[in-house]
Amino acid sequence: MSKQPAATFEKELILAAIRESFKKLDPRVQWRNPVMFVVLIGAALTTLALFREFSLFTVQITLWLWFTLLFANFAEAMAEGRGKAHADTLRKMRTKTMARRLRNGSEEQAVASELRRGDTVVCEAGDVIPADGDVIEGIASVDESAITGESAPVIRESGGDRSAVTGGTRVISDRIVVRVTSEPGQTFLDRMIAMVEGAERQKTPNEIALGILLVSLTALFILAVVTLPAFARYSENASGQSGAVNTSIPVLVSLLVCLIPTTIGGLLSAIGISGIDRLMRRNVLATSGRAVEAAGDIDVLLLDKTGTITLGNREAASFIPADGVDEHALATAAQLASLSDETPEGRSIVVLAKERFNLRPHDVAEKHAQFVPFTAQTRMSGVEIPALDGQPPLSLRKGASTEVRAWVEANGGIFPREIGIAVDEISRGGGTPLVVAEEKRVLGAIFLKDIVKGGIRERFAQLRKMGIRTVMITGDNPLTAAAIAAESGVDDFMAQATPEDKLTRIRKEQGEGRLVAMAGDGTNDAPALAQADVGLAMNTGTQAAREAGNMVDLESNPTKLIEIVEIGKQLLMTRGSLTTFSIANDVAKYFAILPAMFSALYVTSGHDGPLRALDIMRLHSPQSAILSAVIFNALIIVALIPLALKGVRYHALGAAAILQRNVLIYGVGGLVAPFVGIKLVDLILTTLHLA
Amino acid sequence: MSPRDFVQLALYLLGVIALTPLLGAFMARIFQGKSTLLSPLLRPIERTIYRLGGVDEKREMRWTEYCLALLVFNAIGFAFVFLLQITQGWLPLNPAKLANVPAPLALNTAISFMTNTNWQAYSGESTMSYLTQMLGLTVQNFVSAATGIAVMLALTRGLVTRSGEALGNFWTDLTRSTLYVLLPLSLIFALVLVQQGVVQNFRAYDTATLVAPYQVQVQKLNPSGQPIKDAQGNPETEEQTVAEQIIPQGPAASQIAIKQLGTNGGGFFGVNSAHPFENPTPLTNFLEMLAILLIPAALTYTYGVMVGNRRQGWVLFAAMITLFLAGLAVAWWAEASHPSLEGKETRFGIFNSVLWATATTDASNGSVNAMHDSFSPLGGLVPMVNVMLGEVIFGGVGAGMYGILMFAILTVFIAGLMVGRTPEYLGKKIEAHEIRWAMVAVLLPCALILFGSAVAAVLPSALASLNNKGPHGLSEILYAFASAAGNNGSAFAGLSANTNFYNYALGLVMLLGRFGVIIPALAIAGSLARKKIAPLTAGTFPTDGTTFIALLISVILIVGALTFFPALCLGPLVEHFLMNQGRLF
Repeated sequence: MSKQPAATFEKELILAAIRESFKKLDPRVQWRNPVMFVVLIGAALTTLALFREFSLFTVQITLWLWFTLLFANFAEAMAEGRGKAHADTLRKMRTKTMARRLRNGSEEQAVASELRRGDTVVCEAGDVIPADGDVIEGIASVDESAITGESAPVIRESGGDRSAVTGGTRVISDRIVVRVTSEPGQTFLDRMIAMVEGAERQKTPNEIALGILLVSLTALFILAVVTLPAFARYSENASGQSGAVNTSIPVLVSLLVCLIPTTIGGLLSAIGISGIDRLMRRNVLATSGRAVEAAGDIDVLLLDKTGTITLGNREAASFIPADGVDEHALATAAQLASLSDETPEGRSIVVLAKERFNLRPHDVAEKHAQFVPFTAQTRMSGVEIPALDGQPPLSLRKGASTEVRAWVEANGGIFPREIGIAVDEISRGGGTPLVVAEEKRVLGAIFLKDIVKGGIRERFAQLRKMGIRTVMITGDNPLTAAAIAAESGVDDFMAQATPEDKLTRIRKEQGEGRLVAMAGDGTNDAPALAQADVGLAMNTGTQAAREAGNMVDLESNPTKLIEIVEIGKQLLMTRGSLTTFSIANDVAKYFAILPAMFSALYVTSGHDGPLRALDIMRLHSPQSAILSAVIFNALIIVALIPLALKGVRYHALGAAAILQRNVLIYGVGGLVAPFVGIKLVDLILTTLHLA
Repeated sequence: MSPRDFVQLALYLLGVIALTPLLGAFMARIFQGKSTLLSPLLRPIERTIYRLGGVDEKREMRWTEYCLALLVFNAIGFAFVFLLQITQGWLPLNPAKLANVPAPLALNTAISFMTNTNWQAYSGESTMSYLTQMLGLTVQNFVSAATGIAVMLALTRGLVTRSGEALGNFWTDLTRSTLYVLLPLSLIFALVLVQQGVVQNFRAYDTATLVAPYQVQVQKLNPSGQPIKDAQGNPETEEQTVAEQIIPQGPAASQIAIKQLGTNGGGFFGVNSAHPFENPTPLTNFLEMLAILLIPAALTYTYGVMVGNRRQGWVLFAAMITLFLAGLAVAWWAEASHPSLEGKETRFGIFNSVLWATATTDASNGSVNAMHDSFSPLGGLVPMVNVMLGEVIFGGVGAGMYGILMFAILTVFIAGLMVGRTPEYLGKKIEAHEIRWAMVAVLLPCALILFGSAVAAVLPSALASLNNKGPHGLSEILYAFASAAGNNGSAFAGLSANTNFYNYALGLVMLLGRFGVIIPALAIAGSLARKKIAPLTAGTFPTDGTTFIALLISVILIVGALTFFPALCLGPLVEHFLMNQGRLF
């Protein structure tokens, strides 16, 4: 991300956006947005009308029509600007790097852009990785700050779930061999640039539907305005006052531009772009706008337990001594046995012992102890302390109950029943039991607890209000899973879930008409990621996962799925609210412009024109009324740019409550605001003697 | 409002509300193919019809096939009625010796009755033979209403089906709605009408000698039927003495029953239900008004049953009756503040004129017992706006339902976006395809009214039809095109509609106004049928509550207001303000 100071960045962005606003007046650009294209034609016609009839009124109308266009262009340019700045930095990384390609066991030089899928390349410390790929040999630390903005290097290694490397990132240490997984021009970096620039921005399904609505309304208003001169001629004849209704081009164009939904039409693309930009600022990269929109529709969230619902690591919560053993002794033994255990669980045991009994690790470290480190095979850690200072030698182990039981029994001891019961109870309570033993005596059990993330319960409650169901996925047994599900407030869980189970579950939910989102990182998550409607891949994950998902979280934080859903909803809400606002505005504009046009009809001496009665805003003159409506129409676009870029305020409420709120603000507000706004503009115009 | 009027309104509303679930549930059973009380009697007839027609009643159709069957059926009906009119002079059952109907009028009338509009550019008693009335017009009254029901059924099935593309069988829907619903109801109603004094015979017209002959000024007509005008452009008149009165007869009751029940509205006689032979007593007046809303209102309940959630039906009913009462209140307020009996139903009072006018324009019926153009400007605005809103306030039989469902789709789309989800209606996602067709269905009638009226407001040959000048003339034009586009069929009297311009222009508008909504509705049914039903969650915008009712009403009113406000300003509104200044038209 850009490290420029925010103020200068904003200033440059605005200047660039102003330049862009003029460039975008090109009819070929406007053509993409039919509503604004109609404004363009109207502005052009009015400009031509200036040659026939040059007056202060027509000049002002013409200027404000062009401003309307420029303001809409400016909104779009502002939204695109941020993405462009980002894309420029990315593009710099794509400069020609040379790759060391392996062919038949020997290295050769190749231009990075010529690498094809399946090629293998060697990268050593200092080299830029030439293309996207999977590490097939070696381990290295890689600086990915260019794409993630995160300066700490990350580890990439062959096999496992951390094998994906991205072209353009730099190896800092060691040597890896990478198999290229992308064709030239289709790398992650290329896709990212295309996405943030919006160059290939395709309209999303919902944008298309809304576009149809806006175009239809525009067509209707064109018809309403085009037929107006006919009704006006009839009325002039009927009242015997030819020329009583001003149906000149500037007046008709003003009426048309005020009626067609320019507010939403002018801001529509800005809303879409800024939605993707909001994701990007949270370091999530969507491969399509469609995915962002789908996020708003999600009914079911599949969330991995570890790292999303619980903190990545379990923590020791309590010591449960065996009969005849005092808790202090158990704590001491447990701490000694864990000193060599560098896993977070092991460290938490040391910490708990310190907290409970103020035991210090260094007290025991001096005893020339010999540590038995934890390994995945033994599933135990421990310590051997030789006989010293008259103390007998000590042999301690701590580990999974089955392993410790086997070790104790091998030493000729027995596994006490009450510990067996305690172990089961811990499991049932959602915890993981560990057992501590000294040679043939079992000292007790340790309760390792899954720590549910702070605030996650409230988060799930909010999601439930929004009608979204959460499903926790875990490899734990059903007992443990149920306990954690209850504690975290998740709606449903899948215990002992395999990647195939996930895929089946997604298909089932989708078959019942629901939209499903999930996060994943491993290669075996790829099918499920591809099947899900929103698949969020972790950047640390495998290339396969990143290819399968339709979003990548550069910070690799699965909890983001929730924020993504919110951004998707906010995007649709902003569109709907501004559409409502735009249409509601028309009522006031009718009450400004129609009395102005018709006030001279059927006038008899001693009476006002009968349709003056509709001029409920009591505007200064017909000209000031029309001008005020046009100016209000243009300024409202500028006034709403921040809203379009930020999105409407989002509240985690049920649909009915959100709707009532937005109808009140944007529907009723949209009805009332222009009455006030147009009157104000009219007062200002009158004061300045502009009309 | 006098206490008597109030009681009558209460009885009327009570009748509509009470009969809605009764008839609605009965119709739902029939359309779902379940057996009813009538089945033992009618099922054999139904089977025979299918056997004769070679119809497999179980075979369901895709939307395109359904639509094609509907169009072919309507085209045949049109051709038959057209041919019957232009040859009636040579055919039997014509005691009044009426001539063959001229082609432009026959074309207009054939379209009018096929499209359930019943716009009448003629007077029945002086134009149509008994055979034409019975075999042509009355038959179309039945099948055009049945066509409307069929479209509504297809759309409803599109909303609920999980099976893919099947929307039901057009021939089955047509047969069942005619045989089980329209025919039995009409039979009973016709008997009641006959008992009350409505004529039902094949006799020649009676001639009565007047007790007091009188003189009238009559417009001189040239051989082509146009008024002859003097040098100043005013119509020339001549004096005639009237000493005899012709009293028309005919099989009226059988046609009047279905004209009210099937939201057709085409009178047997020229002045429609203001004629004592069509509407003889206060009781027939009340029952005929009730019959206007009966089936359209009950279909909301049928819809609720068929989508498996009665509230969904009641919600639409609530939106409709709210708009109905609002219109009635405005019209009654306007008429009560300018009481005038000219053109009103003098036998039953002003209130009955207002109530009938509101009901008949809401329900796309178009029968009248008073002349809408005699209402005060705002009183006349109400029937006009009712029609302009797209005939969705109860609306035509079936047509009102698929019409309001188009608005419901738009409402759900805008409201759905505001809650942050791709909009859904009854669990079916509303996407680009649905919006495209819904916009056509909603906006095409609006466009037809605006465009047609604009042409008629400047075309000299069209302006010659106007009998009133000033804003009132514009109202007549707007009303005529609104009535045609909305398939209502009532007229803002005062417009000579039997001219080539109006016969052809309104014929085209009726055709587009009918099938320009039916085809989109079926296309939407087809695409909805293919969609999955998303389960209801707290995140879905609920379409069975008061918020939805309010939004639906707002969308209907806003689309109408934004489209027609400029035109209405120059018609009834300016007339109203001028009246306040003391000028009348």
